[in-house]
Amino acid sequence: MVEPTDNTAAGATAPHSASAEPRGQASASPMLEMTGITKRFPGVVANENVDLVVQPGEVHTLLGENGAGKSTLVKILYGLYRPDEGEIKIGGAPVEIPSPAAAIEHGIGMIHQHFMLVPTLTVAENVALGLQGRRGLADMGPVRDRLMEVSERHGLAIDPDAYIWQLAVGERQRAEILKALYREARLLVLDEPTAVLTPPEVDDLFATLRSLTDEGRGLIFISHKLAEVMDISNQITVLRDGEVVGRTTPAETTREGLASMMVGREVRLGREVPDQDVGDQRLVVDRLRVRGDRGNISLDDFSVQVASGEIVGIAGVSGNGQRELAEAIFGLRPIESGTVQVRGETIAAPSPKQVRRRGVAFVPEERMRHGAVGEMSVSENLMLVDYDKPPFARGGLLQFGIIAERCWELVRRFTVKTPALSTETSHLSGGNIQKVVIAREFSADADVLVVAQPTRGIDIGAAEYVHERLLEKRAAGAAVLLITEDLDEAMQLSDRVVVIFEGQAMCDLPRAEATTDRVGLLMTGVSEEVPTPA
Amino acid sequence: MARTAPQADDTDASGDVAVSRLARLMRPFVGVAVPAFAAVAALLVGAVMLLAFGANPLVAYGELVTGAFGSADNLADTAVRAMPLALVGVGICIAFRTDVINIGGEGQIILGAIAATVTSMAFDDVPRVLLVPMVIVAGAIGGGFWGAIPGALKAYAGVNEILSTIMMNLVAFHFLSFLLQDLLIEPGAIKIQQTRRLSPNADLPLLPGGTRLHIGVLIAILVAVLGYLLLFRSALGMRLRAVGHNQDASQYAGMAVKKSVTQALAFSGACCGIAGAVLVFGSESHRLIGEGGAAAFTQNAGFNGIVAALFGALHPIFTVPASFLFGGMLTGGSDMQRAIQVPAALVVALNGVVVVFVVGSLRLRDRLRTWVGEVSSYGGRA
Repeated sequence: MVEPTDNTAAGATAPHSASAEPRGQASASPMLEMTGITKRFPGVVANENVDLVVQPGEVHTLLGENGAGKSTLVKILYGLYRPDEGEIKIGGAPVEIPSPAAAIEHGIGMIHQHFMLVPTLTVAENVALGLQGRRGLADMGPVRDRLMEVSERHGLAIDPDAYIWQLAVGERQRAEILKALYREARLLVLDEPTAVLTPPEVDDLFATLRSLTDEGRGLIFISHKLAEVMDISNQITVLRDGEVVGRTTPAETTREGLASMMVGREVRLGREVPDQDVGDQRLVVDRLRVRGDRGNISLDDFSVQVASGEIVGIAGVSGNGQRELAEAIFGLRPIESGTVQVRGETIAAPSPKQVRRRGVAFVPEERMRHGAVGEMSVSENLMLVDYDKPPFARGGLLQFGIIAERCWELVRRFTVKTPALSTETSHLSGGNIQKVVIAREFSADADVLVVAQPTRGIDIGAAEYVHERLLEKRAAGAAVLLITEDLDEAMQLSDRVVVIFEGQAMCDLPRAEATTDRVGLLMTGVSEEVPTPA
Repeated sequence: MARTAPQADDTDASGDVAVSRLARLMRPFVGVAVPAFAAVAALLVGAVMLLAFGANPLVAYGELVTGAFGSADNLADTAVRAMPLALVGVGICIAFRTDVINIGGEGQIILGAIAATVTSMAFDDVPRVLLVPMVIVAGAIGGGFWGAIPGALKAYAGVNEILSTIMMNLVAFHFLSFLLQDLLIEPGAIKIQQTRRLSPNADLPLLPGGTRLHIGVLIAILVAVLGYLLLFRSALGMRLRAVGHNQDASQYAGMAVKKSVTQALAFSGACCGIAGAVLVFGSESHRLIGEGGAAAFTQNAGFNGIVAALFGALHPIFTVPASFLFGGMLTGGSDMQRAIQVPAALVVALNGVVVVFVVGSLRLRDRLRTWVGEVSSYGGRA
């Protein structure tokens, strides 16, 4: 056989070869061509004349803020939506994709953000689910064998007989990828695959992705984490308001450039946090032990102190006790042992009402479930805490004039984009709903703030804004406990970083010592020989 | 132009703005218009039923409308019939807005009626100007107490209020039966479960005009206004509605969720209890009548009031006209039945069809309302 000896030949004739370099060469028809895709929903154009071309062997990133139309586009590709206009070609041939089954037939695999796995079935059983021509789950032998073979071929180790519920998040994702590979997917769509992973797991995932592109598979990678996008992508398509606003490669741009493209204006990433002296201890959590919903110990011997004028970040992968910590501080979860002190005082029968009365404000993790009442108006949500206090209520009656004045002031000050105060809050964008919650909580007299995942799922502009307000509160002498899964956020804003893993504090590092590598490792539960202060 | 969330700067989209204006015009009426259309659709189905019985639907509905609204007397009868529906309906609005389902209206009516009756017996000679308010307040207290029990059970013990309120109906019914067989029974009447003629000082005064219309109608309107003020103008009402929409967020905001649930059912029961007092002291017999007559005394208002409230878009003010229309169907229905000689069950069935259509339309209404809400957000002020 003639071995290709130069790169040009390899690129042109063997797109399936081990070359992971971006191809500059004129190649045969691309793996996927989506042309002029338009999708309208009532009152909204989700995709407007979008073109997307994916070559074999490339990681093509779709970048954009929430609601930019990324998900709509891949749902069209996966047969979950029908486009109103536009054409899809696979390997040069026009195709119709009326259903996910058809998409799978065309070699398209989808790794959903929320894994589509049945927790009470094994990995092999999950793979077998939905395969055509199977007689239930009885005939597992061949499936299992082929799964092992696929797993070995791709170096994706997995126990086919393990139940999904037994697997860690990273392993579940591996199972999802294997499921797609088992179905011989040539084009994989990964919808925010890193959202749930620790930094080392992300590294593993990226190694896997590179080996998949080396085999000539195409990947569509959806993310809004700029560092990852710069790391893994060959091509980047940026969407904004349903339209393609830019096509670029990591070599041609910077993170700032990408961010600006996403939001349509200049964005400054990273910020200077001025040094300042801290004051007295405002919030002291001491050797807290709390049970989770299933009776398991979810916080064990957990201590953290937050003083006036500092932000303490609780970093960690979600599900390691962060939610329970916030709930315990707020009196929503019984404390088994240990104490929570606000300004040196332990609250006897804590409830949100009692805790708030002592000057603690709270931005909950799930803003639609816990932070805002979606069916109520913007003004009602802004007043959700202070509605019954004078001057907003007198003699039990709401003082609408004073309330409106107050709410307009907050809407302006916190730049909430809303047509009216009477607008139903659920009609706002996620970022604006978060601004409503932040406006309410930050404007209160509270000088202790427990802030959980304040920028999750909101766009860069809004996140930037939330960060500014947090630092403003810090400058004003508030004590801020910042619980976040976003490592960058934790490291950027925090004066100290506490890493939480399986309910325990792994470290308490001052900003200068908290490097990404170190914190990332601690997040996986690898402890180090570091004397923890205090 | 592509927007994924309603934004303030959409004024350039002229087509959308027109739709948006239309939607904003529609907005206040969606709540009532959809159930009204559903009622018309139900009457069309009813027309088919009438045809099947060989009756001319046009004649039948003509009789129904005349019977309900055709004369001053008929209007007064309809209004009298509508009062308890409106009172219960306002209570239902308060409960449902707090996301508490109150199926216990019947029991709360009965307890309100008992409390009012006992009060009138105890204060026989108090002048009318005092005794009438006293029996109304007693009714509110009795019904409120009866509602607070399942409310507290739900809030503090997690007992499903749908089951407990229904069970409380049975308890109330048998309690009434017991009282009327023994303690409250009319002296000398051995078999008839009824009290003596209660103090005339507690009779609800008739309104001028020579009809049966009494001040109960004013009480119902007053309660509706108070219900509106409570729900939409008071801090307490804001708390109830917040709890009704999202208990978790309310709790996180520092609201007392359990107290709210208990209060909602107590207020709801109080409204039903007032209905009980009005039913007794606005009746022509001026007695509390039980056994066999028990259903006759409550007129099923504890259940029909739910329909009136849903018909009125769970708004206390709209519940008043809704009750009037529904009351008209009930009074006019009997006239129709007498006039065209269809089985009485057909009238019940007709009412049932209206209920099913109206209640069934509420989901559609909510969806339409969401749509209108979203669309009318376009091109708003910045």
